[in-house]
Amino acid sequence: MTSHEPLTGPAGATGSGTSSSGAAGSADPLVEVTDLTVDFGEVRAVDRLSFTLEPGGALGVVGESGSGKSAAAYALLGLHRGTGARVGGSVLVAGTDVNAADERGLRALRGARAAMVFQDPLSSLDPYYPVGDQIAEVYRVHRPVNRRAARARAVEVLDRVGIPDAARRSRLRPHEFSGGMRQRALIAMALACEPRLLVADEPTTALDVTVQAQILDLLHDLRHETGMGLLLVTHDVGVAAESVDDVLVMRRGAEVERGPVARVLGAPREPYTKELLAAVPRLEVRRTASVSAVEGAPLVPAVEDAAPLIEAVDLRRAFGRGSGRVAAVDGVSLTVRAGETLGIVGESGSGKTTLGRMLVRLLDPTSGRLRYRGREIGALPERELRPFRRELQMVFQDPVASLNPRRSVGESVADPLRAAGERDEGRIRDRVGALLERVGLEPAHFERYPHEFSGGQRQRVGIARALAAEPKLIVCDEPVSALDVTTQAQVVALLAELQRELGIGLVFIAHDLAVVRQVSDRVAVMRRGVLVEQGEADAVYEDPRDPYTRQLLAAVPALDPGLAAARRAARRELARA
Amino acid sequence: MTGFLLRRLGGAVLVLLALTVVLYAVFYVAPGDVAQIACGPRCSPAQVAQVTEQLRLDDPVYVQYAHFLQGIVAGRDFSTGTGAEHCAMPCLGVSYQSDQQVTQLILAKLPVTGSLVIGAFAGWLVLGVGTGVLSAWRRGRLTERVLTWLTLAGSATPVFVIGLLLIILFCSTLQWLPAPSYVPFTEDPEQWAWGLLLPWTSLALIESAKYARLTRSAMLETLAEDHVRTFRAYGVGERAVIGRHALRGAVAPVIALSALDFGTMFGGAVLTESLFGIPGIGRELVHAVKVVDLPVVVGMVLVTGFFVVLANAVADLLYALADRRVALS
Repeated sequence: MTSHEPLTGPAGATGSGTSSSGAAGSADPLVEVTDLTVDFGEVRAVDRLSFTLEPGGALGVVGESGSGKSAAAYALLGLHRGTGARVGGSVLVAGTDVNAADERGLRALRGARAAMVFQDPLSSLDPYYPVGDQIAEVYRVHRPVNRRAARARAVEVLDRVGIPDAARRSRLRPHEFSGGMRQRALIAMALACEPRLLVADEPTTALDVTVQAQILDLLHDLRHETGMGLLLVTHDVGVAAESVDDVLVMRRGAEVERGPVARVLGAPREPYTKELLAAVPRLEVRRTASVSAVEGAPLVPAVEDAAPLIEAVDLRRAFGRGSGRVAAVDGVSLTVRAGETLGIVGESGSGKTTLGRMLVRLLDPTSGRLRYRGREIGALPERELRPFRRELQMVFQDPVASLNPRRSVGESVADPLRAAGERDEGRIRDRVGALLERVGLEPAHFERYPHEFSGGQRQRVGIARALAAEPKLIVCDEPVSALDVTTQAQVVALLAELQRELGIGLVFIAHDLAVVRQVSDRVAVMRRGVLVEQGEADAVYEDPRDPYTRQLLAAVPALDPGLAAARRAARRELARA
Repeated sequence: MTGFLLRRLGGAVLVLLALTVVLYAVFYVAPGDVAQIACGPRCSPAQVAQVTEQLRLDDPVYVQYAHFLQGIVAGRDFSTGTGAEHCAMPCLGVSYQSDQQVTQLILAKLPVTGSLVIGAFAGWLVLGVGTGVLSAWRRGRLTERVLTWLTLAGSATPVFVIGLLLIILFCSTLQWLPAPSYVPFTEDPEQWAWGLLLPWTSLALIESAKYARLTRSAMLETLAEDHVRTFRAYGVGERAVIGRHALRGAVAPVIALSALDFGTMFGGAVLTESLFGIPGIGRELVHAVKVVDLPVVVGMVLVTGFFVVLANAVADLLYALADRRVALS
């Protein structure tokens, strides 16, 4: 056992370190970045960034996509070498001058004194070799040991990161691991040589929220146990709040604000930080206070009176055949009324997308009933379904993939109009122009192509397309999960506004519990094909009945470090129970 | 894994069966007097009648085919005027023009073509994959550009040009090598190797160009993958990154193409065999087509098909061994 004390701060004033070549831990900072710039061709990804990290400290680098946070993290290990990027300034990591070091010096740093954990754990491990062999290979690069000792070390670190039955699992290949186990394996690889610095680049972005919580807890514990420094790169302010002491907010390659995490998140000084924090959806905030109140008129009673728009009874859908048959949706009953938003939350594989697609009959139910305005449509043949198609629309997750890149956005938005039989070009143009305007774009954007728009704008185009057919019900499948928080907030606000204005029914499917709370009147929690809990949003969030709902809510990272610690304790409690 | 293997072999057998049906339909059910064609232009009416009887051409088509198939899987007897001639298990019929069983004819040529193909195959794999890896590694540098030009030139040059140049250079001008000739391995292994050196080299040079380009593009793809980045970020040396992690992912398309080439080479190395005077299957096939020796043509096409199917089955097996996920799907 090593020391349990976190090695935060310098271990006393032992004179100013004049040289950084000393390998032993001195009062020198673990990381010292001065005027770092990274240029990709004409684009400056990192712009004169400077920061230090003391041994054992933890720094969170937070920013939206394109802010240069990953490019900065890569520079710490010299990973821009040979990629065509130009790196300027100075980077000192654990005594190595990264920008000046030769290949050998760099290799001695990488993995041994500073190790990196990447975002996507599946693609970051070699699919062809057993996980244990890959860790052993890295260990042998830095330590003069034989194969067997290296394998033993691999099993040891796999066990340390909480992989059950590590000796056996070390012989499995990455595809035989679950997503969370893969990320644990990558962390084990990083731990193998006991580095002084761990650089984690969006380590939990590809994971479900409950798994994310486990990985963050693991990083937290490891840091306190080994005394290594942590540099955590993330777009998710909540993830940073859970894990670091200091936070550095980046925008367009440059620093916006830096300081202790409680101060920056609790009392931000810069306008951009405030804007960013305001956009982050919060689990604790009631929707009625923020959205409905603006309008004044209480909508809820009216909604309750309304007849159900769509009603699913014991809806099922199975995929595969024989022994491989899996029920993706296994008996779901729900209703959506006009003017109401039903949020469906669930982790990956819970069946929420399958359910959403069945509600608009993009997928045929295997069994169960589906009634639209009192008419049974679950088994209606395509020809008889046609009149309803127009009224049941969908907005998809990936705004890039769901627009045809070879057609102008105007043509894409016009598709439902043409499908409905509109032939008059002038009327189509007018209508598309009005729709584009309605979602916050310009009528002149008709001729533009999807690649000319940002992610948020593309999602607006997707919404305009769904609106074109004058639908009664729109199913949005993860409509904002590919967007940055500030964009996310705008798109969510647009959806809420459109719904109030047009009185449509909205089904909002997402994995992000806070986003769902922002928009939903009622919430359904999905797990393994069934709804474990369904009810008024405030009731579900404030007084969850189902243990799984409680587990999900406890796993959401909190913005306030104090609250984060409380949630961490709650998770431990739940895990023990 | 066993299930995967059995399914794959079952598939291979089905493909071969389909091949026999198609071949039989094309050659024996074709319009015209099949017996006259098979027997050759100089046959007397009596001989033609005998061929008709032997091939059961008076029976319904499916009976004819059943006998054809029976010959392949179990052997069959042919009545000659005086008695019966037995044609043993993989019986592909009898060549009436050379008065020989087709199977014997092919078996006699198989070691010749086999020697040529296996040697050249090893050569082009080593040369092609090596060049491909090198040019992916040295991307954008002079080495890569030179190699790209060489492989382009290689794939654009016909085998008889390279072969002739090699013969002129090494046999006539420098006189380092004897004129290429085929000596069976069992007779004199050393002479066998010397005699085949030039055919191997020319075939390998031509074919390797294709492999170099394929390997290069596959390597560039895997070198850009996340897991390669991981090992670089952990201080693993470039040699190990390329040899162990990048190449492993790049071999799949190489295996697939090798299987096809290896199989077709058995029936298709015609030019090389003719140029170097190697009495292999390719030359025999050209001759059989020229004189319209129907049973021989059918037999050789079938044998070539067999090698293609076999090589593909082996390739799939190698695939599954290289990447365990294949056997799962």
